[in-house]
Amino acid sequence: MRHKTFFWFFLPTGLAMLLFIALPIVSVVTQSIFAPHEAVLVEVENCTPLVGCTTETSIDQEATRLLRDAKPLGRFVGLDIYFDRGHLAIAELKEIWATSESWGGFWDKLSNLPLYRALAFTLTFTFVVTPLTLVLGLVIALAINSLHRHLKGLMIFFSLLPMIVTPLIGSMILFWMIDSRGILGSALIGLSGDPDLSLKASTGLMWISLMVYGLWHASPFAFVVFYAGLQTLPSDQLEASQIDGATRWQQVKYVIVPHLMPLVTFVALIQLMDNFKVFEPVVGFSAQAHAQSLSWFIFNDLGGETRQLSSASATSVITIIGVAILLSPVLVRTWRDFKGAR
Amino acid sequence: MFLKKVALASAMAITAGSAQAACEISARVNIIGNEFAAIQTVGAGAQECTGAEVSTNLTSTHNEINLEGMSGDPSEYTSAIVANSSIVKMVNEDVIRPLDDLVAKHGGALNKGQLITIDGKVMAVAFMANAQHLMYRKDILEQAGVAVPTTYEEMLDVAKAIRDQGIVENPVGGAYAAGWNLGQEFNNMFLGYGGSFFKPGTAEPNVNTEAGINALTMMKALTEYMNPDFLTHDSNATNAEYRAGNVAIMNMWGSRASQQTTTEGVLEEVITGHAIAGPLTVGGGTTPASTLWWDGWTVGKGVSDAEAEATFVALTHGIRPEILNDETSPLAVWLIDGYEPTADSQGVFAAAQMGTPPYPMLPFMGLMHSALGNELADFLQGKESAEQALADVEAAYTAAAKEKGFLE
Repeated sequence: MRHKTFFWFFLPTGLAMLLFIALPIVSVVTQSIFAPHEAVLVEVENCTPLVGCTTETSIDQEATRLLRDAKPLGRFVGLDIYFDRGHLAIAELKEIWATSESWGGFWDKLSNLPLYRALAFTLTFTFVVTPLTLVLGLVIALAINSLHRHLKGLMIFFSLLPMIVTPLIGSMILFWMIDSRGILGSALIGLSGDPDLSLKASTGLMWISLMVYGLWHASPFAFVVFYAGLQTLPSDQLEASQIDGATRWQQVKYVIVPHLMPLVTFVALIQLMDNFKVFEPVVGFSAQAHAQSLSWFIFNDLGGETRQLSSASATSVITIIGVAILLSPVLVRTWRDFKGAR
Repeated sequence: MFLKKVALASAMAITAGSAQAACEISARVNIIGNEFAAIQTVGAGAQECTGAEVSTNLTSTHNEINLEGMSGDPSEYTSAIVANSSIVKMVNEDVIRPLDDLVAKHGGALNKGQLITIDGKVMAVAFMANAQHLMYRKDILEQAGVAVPTTYEEMLDVAKAIRDQGIVENPVGGAYAAGWNLGQEFNNMFLGYGGSFFKPGTAEPNVNTEAGINALTMMKALTEYMNPDFLTHDSNATNAEYRAGNVAIMNMWGSRASQQTTTEGVLEEVITGHAIAGPLTVGGGTTPASTLWWDGWTVGKGVSDAEAEATFVALTHGIRPEILNDETSPLAVWLIDGYEPTADSQGVFAAAQMGTPPYPMLPFMGLMHSALGNELADFLQGKESAEQALADVEAAYTAAAKEKGFLE
């Protein structure tokens, strides 16, 4: 009986998940293992203003249509796209491994391959921004929680602003502020005394700017979750620790943080996922010369003059796998807890 | 009383005017295109038509949605306003229709030179031409005591003179933002050095050549005189720098020429000092380091014949000679009968006379352009050699071309 109730209870959610999560993933995987047909090229005469007529290569529409009608999905390429230079670059990887004599040379050549260069930035971004977001979120939550109740509402509103502002707009505002003629950029030039200092011209400084943006944008989320958690903190525990003579720091370390631990796991999970998919600041900061991410690749494949749907799909699947790997330690622990609870 | 008469007279004149330029259509028209002023003029002209709804979506991000918007049966848009580069994907994906029958029926007023034919079929109707060419501050060049350059080598000398005399710190401007802009600047320089992007008759890349290395070396030399943030400056940002008086000389789109002095907030010395000239040559070559472009409209394949006819009629109305007046003439180099070239258009005309090559209308050029835009930034930042950057371009292009079925 219990199973039947559960089944009916879960059915709408299950259907929605099938429709909106499982099917799109199946579709993306399918698109990544099929590619457009071989193009049938013909020489044609084109005439354009101010230039006149020239002979150029074009696609033979009739022949291409016949190919498409025969096999609408395109040509099956298996994992070829995953292994090409734009993605896992297996052939290039083997060659680099065979020809590099030192680790330094290996890393140097590896960072010349787009996916690995993007991973270097994405992983650095993820593992720097996520812990800092947790710490900053907690600090803001503790600070606001200790304010007078009349001030709290106002401060909560201001602290949430970075999250309310549309990410792309937020990153563009910051981008203009750090311009060497912007308010932050010129302040930095004044402080450092170097008139040529530009945050946008150096890869290292651009990475730092992007991470500062990431922290600025994500901290309100951590703050609001932790702040809610603080409202459930049992006051007797805190009072008991005070009677025992715990300092403020000891209270935070031994009472508050352990109480918030499930929320820390939750925020860490969400942030790991979000940061691995970093996208808006790369676009907003026009940072593609210095930092690229997997999501940016997908955008670039779809936004070019010639769309590369198979390539974008392969990158999407790699992103899903990447997120799964990142989250696996936490998921494994949750699964163990679940089994232990039974 | 007098005022009333004037008002009445002008009201009658307007009514008479619109009656004279009557345009009756019987099916919906929906146009997607870029947002710059000349295209806005054409869109507004098409919207004068009555009898059915004419909608436009003119946006700078048109390139990301126009193919989807033109696909499907029926498609959302009945027309896309395209250029040399973007018509290729419309032809590749077979979403635009040949216009020969419509030209015969309604195109009497069109000039033969406006018809873009591919494989003998009219696929688009062009209404303006565009090219990148020199824009400079004649006051600054005079102050530095240098002549207007005609080659990129001379441009470097001019830049050095301006910087050495302390007039402008970073005198050279350039739309070098990583991505499409950077790829385009390479295209210019590469063609100027006599390069060709593909091995003849194939889709095999051919940029890792002497012309490619020369082009990159020249670009690197120019960036020494640019704002250090050049890899984030697209043509909008470069023009903002120019109008703010921070740039003395640059290679810029002709379609921007008239706005350099009329945009709000331009410095007075920029307004008086602004001057334009034809595109530059490079490396002793005679071919300008620039590309020739056209903008024109197409009609979708996925719409009914009635809608296609209405679209053709409305857009022909939008580019009729009467749209040209003192306000609209300077906005572009119009390919419309009766267009009198203005001072702002001499750069583009010079480009055409000097034999500037058109931007290649090849099915795989878009992939090459993307690869160039992505892979060249490393070289300009000094992270790798020109040979390595060009080898990376060829490798990235080859991977993409294999996926799209252009290469085995």
